[in-house]
Amino acid sequence: MYLLNRQQRHVVNYSWMLFSLLIIAFLPFMLFGGLYFKSFLLLKTHTLKDLIFLHSWHPSRGEFGFYPFIVGSIWVTLLAILISTPICLLTAINVTQYAKKRFLRIMHPVIDILAGIPSVVYGVWGILVIVPFISRYLGPWFGVQSMGYSILAGAFVLSVMIIPFILNIMIEIFRTIPTELKEATLSLGATKWQMVKHVLLRKALPGIIASVGFGLARAFGETMAVLMVVGNVIKVPHSVFDPGYTLPALIANNYGEVLSIPQYDSALMFAALLLLAVSLFFNLLMHFFIARYNKY
Amino acid sequence: MKRTLKAEETFFRILMNLTTGFIFIILGIIIYSVFEKGMKAMSWEMLTSVPSGGYYYGKGGGILNAIVGSLVLAFGATILAFLIGLPVALYMNVFLVRRKKLVNLIRFILDLIWGVPSIVYGAFGFTLMVFIGLQTSLLAGIITVTLFILPIMIRSMDEILRTVPMGLSEATYSLGSNKSELAFKIFTRQSVSGIITAVLLSFGRAIGDAASVLFTAGYTDNLPNSLMEPVATLPLSIFFQLASPVPEVQARAYASALVLTIIILIVSLFSRGLGKRYHKTKINF
Amino acid sequence: METAIRIKDLNVFAGKTQILHDINVEIPKNKITVILGPSGCGKTTLLKCMNRLTDLYPELKVSGEILINDKNIFDPGADISKLRQSMGLLSQRPYPLPMTIYNNIAYALKLRGVRGRRKQSILVMDYLKQANLYEEVRKRLREPASRLSIGQQQRLCLARGLAVNPDIILADEPTSALDPISSRFIDEKFQEIKPHFTIVVVTHVLRQARRIADNVIFMYMGEVVEQGSASEFFENPKEEKTKSYLEGMFN
Repeated sequence: MYLLNRQQRHVVNYSWMLFSLLIIAFLPFMLFGGLYFKSFLLLKTHTLKDLIFLHSWHPSRGEFGFYPFIVGSIWVTLLAILISTPICLLTAINVTQYAKKRFLRIMHPVIDILAGIPSVVYGVWGILVIVPFISRYLGPWFGVQSMGYSILAGAFVLSVMIIPFILNIMIEIFRTIPTELKEATLSLGATKWQMVKHVLLRKALPGIIASVGFGLARAFGETMAVLMVVGNVIKVPHSVFDPGYTLPALIANNYGEVLSIPQYDSALMFAALLLLAVSLFFNLLMHFFIARYNKY
Repeated sequence: MKRTLKAEETFFRILMNLTTGFIFIILGIIIYSVFEKGMKAMSWEMLTSVPSGGYYYGKGGGILNAIVGSLVLAFGATILAFLIGLPVALYMNVFLVRRKKLVNLIRFILDLIWGVPSIVYGAFGFTLMVFIGLQTSLLAGIITVTLFILPIMIRSMDEILRTVPMGLSEATYSLGSNKSELAFKIFTRQSVSGIITAVLLSFGRAIGDAASVLFTAGYTDNLPNSLMEPVATLPLSIFFQLASPVPEVQARAYASALVLTIIILIVSLFSRGLGKRYHKTKINF
Repeated sequence: METAIRIKDLNVFAGKTQILHDINVEIPKNKITVILGPSGCGKTTLLKCMNRLTDLYPELKVSGEILINDKNIFDPGADISKLRQSMGLLSQRPYPLPMTIYNNIAYALKLRGVRGRRKQSILVMDYLKQANLYEEVRKRLREPASRLSIGQQQRLCLARGLAVNPDIILADEPTSALDPISSRFIDEKFQEIKPHFTIVVVTHVLRQARRIADNVIFMYMGEVVEQGSASEFFENPKEEKTKSYLEGMFN
């Protein structure tokens, strides 16, 4: 009935498992090694400091200053985090502490759908709604001429994209705080709001910080949606209404031309390496932060 | 003192309700704007034909190439990721169940690479392609997307498998089964619903991501017919057509966005429905 | 004998299942009243009704009256914060607030309305001494309370409960998670402070009930089976169920 006997099947299954595990275990090193290997060509002729801090970006002349992209990425990411953190925090408190239990059952699918919407669709939405909103209303309101394609547009779209991600973690955190702790606080005569403000938030603080950190890492590498609305102008932005350029957008926009200019593909792989490093760094940092905190 | 506290609470509660409402409204606006724009451009031709001559100046044709391409690519990557992912998840929960530290290290690595942006996978996939001498093709796309969804697949399965009670393993061992039988026969069956959810989640990621296929899968007006040929995908058809100055072409981008959104919605509906139904037949210890 | 808490026709529903059936109970002042019964009989719910922690669970429907100083605590106009401050709570496991040891008590004082740093610090030391904790934590008052051992944490919670200056102390199996020495301390402490407080202790441990109770309420399946003075209850139980419980049939 079977091609192989039990023992043989066990051996096959076992080696299949082990082989798969090895792929996974080596993946991070392969990612890092592969990208480092490719960006080596660029690192040979440019110092890391120059690459990060020089402003001029002229691949045909061999000038690779990533500064405008790095600054653009940082602006968009920080703004997005600044927008979505309070929204997520307030909503998480609302659905876990104030709203009826049933409400969470409505909230979960909403979060899941928001998390599932593809990046490009967010980009389409950004072009349809956010960009006109900025050029027609928000810009004039602040007395600024803006095309709409700007750092701010990128940040808006990005902030909505990371809301489900951060909100999910925050809701989990607030849910794991034991009811007895709340009871203990209330029985001291604290009002519900005092309980939330003095005890709940303090208890959840490490988790809140971690969720924002994870969100930051996620936002920094987000490509398509930001690329579609951020303007893609290689210039250090001076205001949030200026167009900008981000690191992921740099990679995505230029993959077609890389082969014609020497060192260009190496430069793009270096950008990818930077993104990988930032992502790994923040995730590592947050994991250790949580691990450290959990000891107490 | 009491009164200011009360006022403060009222203020923040209003703010909380506003932010909660805001999230619902934003989702509503996204869905509405995609449907409103997409429906206008939607037609039978759009869904059933590939681009014909002069398509990119606004002449006839549809996005069938992208729809089929996306489905084929996402299916391929999901199957491949499943074939690698399920054994890893099982190995972690059956063979390494007593080695908590090692399992946690693997989980940690998986969480790390889950966080890596898809554009990095795209760049890496490109490097890998050049290294093994592969052109932009369906195969290259599948490999890259597989790497990208692997951590998602494994970790979601892992979260389900780790809830399988010890008692079940003990009962199975006492019947004389070996570890791989326990893994593939008992654990998989006990966790069917969770595994399906993990697969659907990964499929949704695979079909929606643009940045990882940008370098690797390429784009074509033809239906996919070989692993070695480039393949069109919905996310890229949105991206490329939206960049066109011709309004008719732009409209097709909206139609593509609508199709992609509907696929995603169906996938997430399925995973909710299936998840619920299978749960009821689950054995409880 | 003065009555501190009078419960009339209390019914509690969780959805369609009834958790408490027509509870009518009187809890005497400045005595230790033990609510006794097998686990899952509604003891804890009854305790939580007394300081309206049931408000936290929207699925619970409460009807009836609980009178404290002749005022019904379920009156819409009742000041819940005041009510809860008149009762100190000690739960099964200690739940220190996520603050320093010092602030755990100072926070209770602040809520009670004690102003002024000096006054607060004197009172904090005082309550720590009352809970027999001062000597152990004297040098680590600024450390997070979570670093204390479980026994120390429970004593900190006792100090915190006393710091709101209550008339009543509600304790929900306060020693079940503790080592024998900390347990004995809590039991002895209750005896010691009894003249000044009305103490209500929930437990399913018969030995503990015998040791500390002045008055016993025996519950089974959400109903009060028998209540009365401890000597009467243990020496001369009236109900069949009580007798079989005392003989160890339920455990």
